[in-house]
Amino acid sequence: MAAGTANGVTWTKPILTPEIRAEISAYFPRYPNKQAVTLPALHIVNEKLRCVPMEAIPEIAEMLELSPAQVHDTLSFYGFFKAEPHGTVRAWVCRSISCALRGGDEVLDAMCNKLGVKPGGMTADGKVTLEFGECLGVCEHAPAMLANDKVYKNMTAEQAGLLADELRAQADAGG
Amino acid sequence: MADFEPVLLANVGKADSWTLPVYEQNGGYQAIRKVLGGMSPVDVIETVKSSGLRGRGGAGFPTGLKWTFLPKDHPGPIYMCVNADESEPATFNNRILMEDDPHQVIEGIMLGCFATRARVAYLYIRVEYPTAYKRLQSAIDECYATGKLGQNINGTDFSLDIFLHRGAAAYICGEETGLIESLEGKRAWPRIKPPFPAVEGAFRKPTVVNNIETLACLPHIINRGVDWFKSIGIPSTGPRDPGSYGPKLYCVSGHVEKPGCYEAPLGLTTRELIERFGGGVWKGRKGKMSVPGGVSMGLMTEKEWDIPLDFAGPGKVGCLGLGTAAVTVMDETVGIFDYLTYTCRFFAHESCGQCTPCREGTSWSERILQRIMAGKGRLKDIELLNTIGNSIGITPGTTICGLADGAAWPMKNAVTKYRDEMEAFIKKTNPNGWGVEDAVEALQLVQLGH
Repeated sequence: MAAGTANGVTWTKPILTPEIRAEISAYFPRYPNKQAVTLPALHIVNEKLRCVPMEAIPEIAEMLELSPAQVHDTLSFYGFFKAEPHGTVRAWVCRSISCALRGGDEVLDAMCNKLGVKPGGMTADGKVTLEFGECLGVCEHAPAMLANDKVYKNMTAEQAGLLADELRAQADAGG
Repeated sequence: MADFEPVLLANVGKADSWTLPVYEQNGGYQAIRKVLGGMSPVDVIETVKSSGLRGRGGAGFPTGLKWTFLPKDHPGPIYMCVNADESEPATFNNRILMEDDPHQVIEGIMLGCFATRARVAYLYIRVEYPTAYKRLQSAIDECYATGKLGQNINGTDFSLDIFLHRGAAAYICGEETGLIESLEGKRAWPRIKPPFPAVEGAFRKPTVVNNIETLACLPHIINRGVDWFKSIGIPSTGPRDPGSYGPKLYCVSGHVEKPGCYEAPLGLTTRELIERFGGGVWKGRKGKMSVPGGVSMGLMTEKEWDIPLDFAGPGKVGCLGLGTAAVTVMDETVGIFDYLTYTCRFFAHESCGQCTPCREGTSWSERILQRIMAGKGRLKDIELLNTIGNSIGITPGTTICGLADGAAWPMKNAVTKYRDEMEAFIKKTNPNGWGVEDAVEALQLVQLGH
């Protein structure tokens, strides 16, 4: 039964497939209790669905022997997990001071213009979500971006335009 | 200084520096072999205490002393939490250690766990560090495959598991009890202390929390000895000063020609860091001011650049401390309100919301700054920022953790050191309204994402 669909991602109940359950369970022996597996479980679901839908929360809670409210409380504290899927590619532009001093704001503006989104937004075709990041910790290569686990260094507004196309191409190739 | 030999970054830049064979070819895992071959945990603690090693994560607490706060003869478990949530703006020294020399980090964790009798280490790493995460995991896998981690290491009764635990983009997880709460699967709200983690930490058990660079110092202290470590840095000036010993990773970024992470004896000055390592202020411009060690530590003027960046130095010019020794340089084109806008926006975004003075104070300061930048500043706002700065944090006693002190110091230092420039900016940008005393309406926040 389809529980939800958005941006090309469909999830059916139960959202935690046997594979996802096995992946989450593999974390249990690492910790003295199951609650500690909350963040790992959220990451696992997020990697599969590009979001953590509300419907997943009771299922995670049941596995971790918690109340759904406890899982939601933790999830909602971190800005990282969204209820709706982000784009096939998720990109961050650093907006902290060391990047800003070398043109970080201009890079963010250029990316936003080229992709037609505001920070936090997703392109209409669902390919790219663009966010700002607080210090990405690559200040020696400022201004910097992070996308698909790759750091983009010493960005300029011109390069941002090219990168926007590259990120779309990465999305076409499956993210 | 001339004969200073870097140790923490010695392997960085070598081909495949993150692999076990390269680490071992360069003398890796000799320290843990030496310790397992005949030292007791107490021996290691005493060695680290005598070395004068102080925590590199920001607070500078003596590492060996921190370990002695663990209860004696505790039946266990005792946990080690490795703080790799490095999120302080302008700080990236731990990222370089984890990406380019993860085995050095792992050997440090082994030594720390041996000393503290911890048998499980959780390495809490920020999610923004995917390369460091992969390199560390692959290094850990190499260690299990070769019997360096797991049960009965080297045939001794020392056993150790190291688990990576990813964060989810929250600065507060770098605060040690926030980290513990997050590890436990909760929102990362710092705990009221005492009890300190050494007594009651992760999963209510005794826990030691150490920074990556702190742990990376341990193999070198064991291999080269206390006298070597104490020959580097700034010696203690008396019984109340624990001194600033050993090598330190200094980050320099912002307006310099060669931003980077450089290793030097503790006590390097900002000017030396900029001139000798950073290639000077960029574009031939003049330097104006700098952040001494992550934005939390406040602001230094160019005239203060000859103060040593050791644990005692930045405090002498009104800064909060050495912090992470990550310097951000600003040239003469940067306005004081530009600096404050970026800084206050960061803290407003990252306040965890638990303590009202911090939650409200950081977001008020951001709103005031956005209003000033929009040409609606009042002279009165300068005192308002100062009042907020003096009202939030552990220093006035209104918050549980130091995040608010980090938010306060930039405002307080700016008002003390750049009041004239602040007044001139406000008078120039709001010629008709700068004298208004009455409350004015806040603006809609410009940037999305709150």
